[in-house]
Amino acid sequence: MDEIVEEFLVESYENLDRLDADLLALEQDPTRPDLLASVFRSIHTIKGTCGFLGFEKLERVTHVGESLLSRLRDGQLALNPAIATALLSLVDAVRLMLASVEANGTDGDGDWSDLVARLEALQQGDGAAAGDEAADATVPATAAPEAPVVDAVAAVPDGANAATIAAPEAPVVDEDEAAVVGEDEAPATPEVAAAPDGTAAATIATPETPVVGEDEAATVTEGATVAAVAAASATVATAGTAPAPVLLAGAGAGSGDQASSRASVPNGTPGNAQHPANGTPGNAQRPANGTPGNAPHPANGTAGEAGGTGDRLGEILVAAGSATPDAVTLANLAQQVGDARRIGEVLVDHGATTQEDVHEALQAQKEQRGSVSDSSVRVDVGLLDDLMNLVSELVLARNQILQHSGEGDTLSTGTFQRLNLITTELQEAVMKTRMQPIRNVWSKFPRVVRDLSMACGKQIRVEMEGEHTELDKTIIEAIRDPLTHVIRNAVDHGVETPDARVAAGKPAEGRLRLRAFHESGQVNIEVSDDGGGIDPERVRAKAVERGLLTEAHSRQLGERELVNLIFSPGFSTAEQVTNVSGRGVGMDVVKTNIEKIGGTVDIQSELGRGTTLKVKIPLTLAIIPALIVTCAEERYAIPQVNLVELVRIEADQAAHAVEDIHGAPVYRLRGRLLPLVYLDKTLGVATGSDQRSAVSIVVLQVDDRTFGLVVDDVNDTEEIVVKALGRHVKGIPSFAGATIMGDGRVALILDVLGLARQGHVVGEQRSDAAAQSALLGETQHGEDTTSLLLVASADRRRTLAIPLVEVARLEEFPGDALETAGRHAVVRYGEHILPLVDLFAMVGAGGGPLTGRAQLNVVVHGAGASSVGLVVDEVVDIVQEHVDVQGAGGGPAGLAGAAIIRGGVADLVDIERIVAEAGIADLVGAGSEVVA
Amino acid sequence: MMGRDRQLCTFVVGGLHLGVGVEHVGEVLRRQPTTPVPLANAEVAGLINLRGAIVTALDLRRRLGLDTGGEGPRMNVVLNQGDEAVSLLVDEIGEVVTVAEDDFEPPPETVAGTTRELILGAYKLDGRLLLLLDTERTLAPSDA
Repeated sequence: MDEIVEEFLVESYENLDRLDADLLALEQDPTRPDLLASVFRSIHTIKGTCGFLGFEKLERVTHVGESLLSRLRDGQLALNPAIATALLSLVDAVRLMLASVEANGTDGDGDWSDLVARLEALQQGDGAAAGDEAADATVPATAAPEAPVVDAVAAVPDGANAATIAAPEAPVVDEDEAAVVGEDEAPATPEVAAAPDGTAAATIATPETPVVGEDEAATVTEGATVAAVAAASATVATAGTAPAPVLLAGAGAGSGDQASSRASVPNGTPGNAQHPANGTPGNAQRPANGTPGNAPHPANGTAGEAGGTGDRLGEILVAAGSATPDAVTLANLAQQVGDARRIGEVLVDHGATTQEDVHEALQAQKEQRGSVSDSSVRVDVGLLDDLMNLVSELVLARNQILQHSGEGDTLSTGTFQRLNLITTELQEAVMKTRMQPIRNVWSKFPRVVRDLSMACGKQIRVEMEGEHTELDKTIIEAIRDPLTHVIRNAVDHGVETPDARVAAGKPAEGRLRLRAFHESGQVNIEVSDDGGGIDPERVRAKAVERGLLTEAHSRQLGERELVNLIFSPGFSTAEQVTNVSGRGVGMDVVKTNIEKIGGTVDIQSELGRGTTLKVKIPLTLAIIPALIVTCAEERYAIPQVNLVELVRIEADQAAHAVEDIHGAPVYRLRGRLLPLVYLDKTLGVATGSDQRSAVSIVVLQVDDRTFGLVVDDVNDTEEIVVKALGRHVKGIPSFAGATIMGDGRVALILDVLGLARQGHVVGEQRSDAAAQSALLGETQHGEDTTSLLLVASADRRRTLAIPLVEVARLEEFPGDALETAGRHAVVRYGEHILPLVDLFAMVGAGGGPLTGRAQLNVVVHGAGASSVGLVVDEVVDIVQEHVDVQGAGGGPAGLAGAAIIRGGVADLVDIERIVAEAGIADLVGAGSEVVA
Repeated sequence: MMGRDRQLCTFVVGGLHLGVGVEHVGEVLRRQPTTPVPLANAEVAGLINLRGAIVTALDLRRRLGLDTGGEGPRMNVVLNQGDEAVSLLVDEIGEVVTVAEDDFEPPPETVAGTTRELILGAYKLDGRLLLLLDTERTLAPSDA
């Protein structure tokens, strides 16, 4: 792409981001002149450059926007929500067109006439209120769109009588338009529309130096007071002449209002795009750059910008109180009419200021200019990535030396230490170059919230804290979408309508708070609202309704767990599906995306008080802490973010600690069943000899599932540099990448989620909860597999299958622990009484008196006070299978049907029915609802 | 094939004389410490560390479906394809030879199996045939 266009795009995107922020700030405080000026300048810059580059549509749209803005700035219009919305739409339109420019080099074929009409209507509508003539006068300019229209705007801040001059406004003339107009080479006849009140005698000063082939027509549409009409100067690019300032000074007695004027200046020579000149008087004296198509300085200022670009000497002097605005305008005027001296000299000569002040102001000017251009450079991200890679290499080389450093003499030891230090510092410095403040993502949110809250009829204030918190660029990109979704959700579902808020005794205006901070090497981002919060009961009802989990299972969950169900796939509590959110895909995607970059999400909610979503993400993706393990003589790295704990079972216990039945090994970790995955078997590198002296279990968590990864040895934790895998090995789900170890050898990084799937710890679809619940429901999902606990009767003739999701724990109680409460058999279980149900007796499949047994094998269902113990004769196995239930509903009470599992027939247990039928309701869940 | 002479980097794999255009070859290395990749296709010998870049090494004998017995491959021929470098493990490295287009012929009938699919043709040199390897196909993952 053309370098100029590229530069234009980068600059314009930056401008647009600032525009959004400025417009929103302006909406809060519509009278701030600096914001208005900034908004105006941003639009103007885009307009100027795109006109020069030949993006007509873009120019047209920005032009009307600019016209509207100029009236706002001059105080003829006041910013209202309608105008703000229109201007924001303008920003969106510009963004779309820029995207199109970026994609295919044109400003696209979008039709923006509606937007243009809207902007014009806003501008004219209020213009009419200010004066009919003014409204009429703008018509010719807009009605004849083929005429190049240049806005020259001058604001006279205090309505002083002094004639004010607008600095030469940059003419932005499209090539084609110039060609059209250029055919008319007749001498200019300036046309002046007198100010509506008739008191202003507008005069036109024609250029001192007529420029060949220039045709001028200025239409002064309005000048309620001191009419200050800026003119456009056109430089004939081919001739390379200096820009000739054109002065259109309308002086008249006024009412003190600010004046705005429009000057239509068709000018130019055929085929020559005009080079926009910088609108400073001083700059105007610079020779024009005579090469067509080369615009080093797109117009970035208009004469009337009070508090404008800041690098104008006159303004600096005024700001410093060294000169009055009037004096500066006068000096400007003098310059325009031919005073060749610099503005400082003119002012000193007029006695308006002193030589010292001018000197100081010049210094200030220098600093201001320097601060923008000298202190930062734009660097290609690719270059930073290369740099990062090189530094990673250096770190590895350093590590390699580190391993041999013991052997060196004192000299090399000293040198090595220095190398070590420098490398570390270099690494940190390079990491820093990739860091960006989170503000880069957040800056978009006030706009998102504004648009959304308006659409929802809500009032929401956005607060930010820690917006300077820095994150790696790749992470910044990765969290953009998830965070946006969270924000949308908070606005749409979180914060209530003003009426509801007032009724609840809260201020009508809701509050959305974004907070970011560093903590233990991670970045924490919190999004909190003071809205209605999430009702756990509603979530529960919804989750059950959607079939995400069973009623019984839902009863086991605490409030927080329930609230976190909103991250389940296919979950949405929105009563109304809006176009904003509530399409059923949402929070689960947020969770997935955050987890993809090694982050975690948690949500806390207090009903009626608000919701806080907490995201924890690593600082960078390039270097991560990892646990190094050994398996079949090779080292593997496990991202520490997945690591829960390490368990080592010594040789003498190993044999019976791991209950390894039919290839579905489990380990009882503090009473909970921990499914085990053998890394060597999963990777197909098992050595065959199963004689393990001791078992090392790396307990990992992914997707809310915990499982144990059995490895040969656990080495150490290390910071590793993550590298992508080549295409031959990319598709293997077990590996997330590779890294280079200190000895220079490559080690693979394990993909914990991939391993879990391969080990069937989590289902192929993440919605395995739904798959499990399907077992008890009437419907069967064809391809879903289910984890089942198989239990057998004492004679092993009957096998029952219990959905594993219903199983909280497996316990063994000695026979003498059996007690009786009322007419029920119970055991003491922690602080609770655990009622026992003889499962096989319940389904008419044997069983027998519970008393007199040496040991009671109990499957605990439910949690806390609502637990029930199912006494089984023998625990056989845990299987993960596709279950095809037959004869559902036809069997005895408590059975959901039969299925063929592991080549035998097993009855599926309907635990809820069992519990309901057992007649132990009075013992279950004291104080809480009885399971129906 | 512009009808011009071209330079080929030659090597021996399982008794076959093969060549690739020198423009594809990044470098030639002795056998490097290689980390095997479990579950990968058979021809993936593993990963090597090429000055900080992780490069997939392919066992060319396996890729060509040749006998893998005897002494293992000793050399890495690192080929650059697009942004990615892939190393071919070969038995022995030969010299760079200049071949004339006139000596080129489509794959001879005597070459069979996978080898035939992965070579573009043969150059008839004095006393031997030099097979021109189709780098693009050779480096494409075999199941793709």
